[in-house]
Amino acid sequence: MEDIQIIESVERYIRGEMNPEERVYFEQLRKTNADIDQLVVEHTLFLHKMNELGKLKSFKTSLSEVHTELAEKGFINSERLKGKAKVVYLWKRYKRVAAIAASIAGVTTLGVSLLVNTLVPKADSSSVQELGMKVKKLENQDIAFYHQLNAVKSDIKSKIEPGVEFKGGGTGFIIDAKGYLITNAHILKNGKNIIVLNNRGEQFKAEIVSIDLAKDIAVLKINDSDFKQLPAIPYNIRKMNSDIAEPIFTLGYPRNEIVYGEGYLSAKTGFKGDTLSCQIGIAANPGNSGGPVFNKQGEVIGILSTKEIQAEGVAFAIQSKYIHTVIDELKKDSAYKLVSLPTKSRLSYLEPVQQVKKIEDFVFMIRSY
Amino acid sequence: MQVNADFKEQELLRGLAVSDKKAIETIYKENYNMVQSLIINNNGSIHEAKDIFQEAMIVLFEKARSGSFELNCQIKTYVFSVCRRLWLKRLQQLNRFVGEMDSLGEIVPVEEDIDEHEKKDEEFLMMEKAVGNLGEPCKSLIEAFYIQKKSMQTIASQFGYTNADNAKNQKYKCLMRLKKLFFAQYKNGK
Repeated sequence: MEDIQIIESVERYIRGEMNPEERVYFEQLRKTNADIDQLVVEHTLFLHKMNELGKLKSFKTSLSEVHTELAEKGFINSERLKGKAKVVYLWKRYKRVAAIAASIAGVTTLGVSLLVNTLVPKADSSSVQELGMKVKKLENQDIAFYHQLNAVKSDIKSKIEPGVEFKGGGTGFIIDAKGYLITNAHILKNGKNIIVLNNRGEQFKAEIVSIDLAKDIAVLKINDSDFKQLPAIPYNIRKMNSDIAEPIFTLGYPRNEIVYGEGYLSAKTGFKGDTLSCQIGIAANPGNSGGPVFNKQGEVIGILSTKEIQAEGVAFAIQSKYIHTVIDELKKDSAYKLVSLPTKSRLSYLEPVQQVKKIEDFVFMIRSY
Repeated sequence: MQVNADFKEQELLRGLAVSDKKAIETIYKENYNMVQSLIINNNGSIHEAKDIFQEAMIVLFEKARSGSFELNCQIKTYVFSVCRRLWLKRLQQLNRFVGEMDSLGEIVPVEEDIDEHEKKDEEFLMMEKAVGNLGEPCKSLIEAFYIQKKSMQTIASQFGYTNADNAKNQKYKCLMRLKKLFFAQYKNGK
């Protein structure tokens, strides 16, 4: 017999797997051959130890499983798992559930996107979206209602005739306390009448003083007997280019309420290298169009105008120096020669909260119809 | 009532002997917090409490499996006594022992049980070390056959041997090496 067969026989003998004849023969062999006998004794001991080791190992595993579970359930006061360890524990515990959930979610998502793909008409994919509001009729009523409410509150009669359909909307900001505003030209192009609202919901009629569709800048003048001249403007309009990575913020009316947004100047030029504008990283929404872009010193560095459709958080602003160009042009007309841009920012070194408090009265919601 | 309680404890021990999870959980739940406060109140940490408690659980497990074990006190008392003894030993090893350990619990003598456990533990360590020294694929092969008790066919397909005979040959070589490693230590240890 070869060694390997001897060991196999010994193992079968110890486990009691031999048939009676084999057993008798093997026991005979043990009696006559001391080596075999020695091997049986030794191997029995060895197998026993291995067996014990296995049992102990599985017991130890159970122990630590029980410990973790009881600690998680709060039955024992041991430390709960934190951070990564907890994630691993939860993952081990719920991976089957997670896998099932994930596959259901996956199938559903595929189904829905397939449906959407087949049912939705393909939209014209221009890469840049103007942020002017496409105000729908429903939203219209919402706004009218909102302003009627405000009108009741402040006892002002709404200047929006009932049943009016808004054609466009956005944000604008005061550049001359006498009631001159700057906004985007694209939000006005469909409407004849313009209403501007301050953050208290007070409404004023306004008219277009100058409009430059190429630069997408419009100057409005509030022409309303209810309008009182505003106090001094706290910000100025920056003449120079700004630096990349400069922190910026905006105020605008993507909703019926003034909304603050923070970001940074990403590039000195706009979409596809447009030198008229600059690129900013900010979350912009329709309705932000025409809103001012401020740097930390409280200088207007641009007019928020468009955003890239294919990328989130990429928006473009018209550089503020073109406000100067437009106003200089406007002043050549004798009727407007007294229009003057604010020259000094009184917002530097203020906390953002304070800055916004000072600015918000000068940022208006604009609606055209 | 007393009989009922005893019966419940015997039941738990029988469960423990076969690594029944329910039994482990019950004993764990009823005793862990007590042991943890003992150890934390005596210069220990939560981690050490877990270590000591689990070692005591192993002592109890070995006792329950031996068959000859007759528990003449509550499981609680036994576990507490073992933990206290183990912790005292640990403190002495670490030279952290400060005066008398304050414990209000009832105590039974467990020194012999612990000595026996330590002897066994040493042997397990020997075996673990020997298996560890084998290296792959021997280690996995031996564990699959002798600990997880898989059949030669399963092992052959799992480890990529063409047939069970090849796997058997390989296992035999591994086994010879392991026995050599183990018994060298074992005889030295004696």
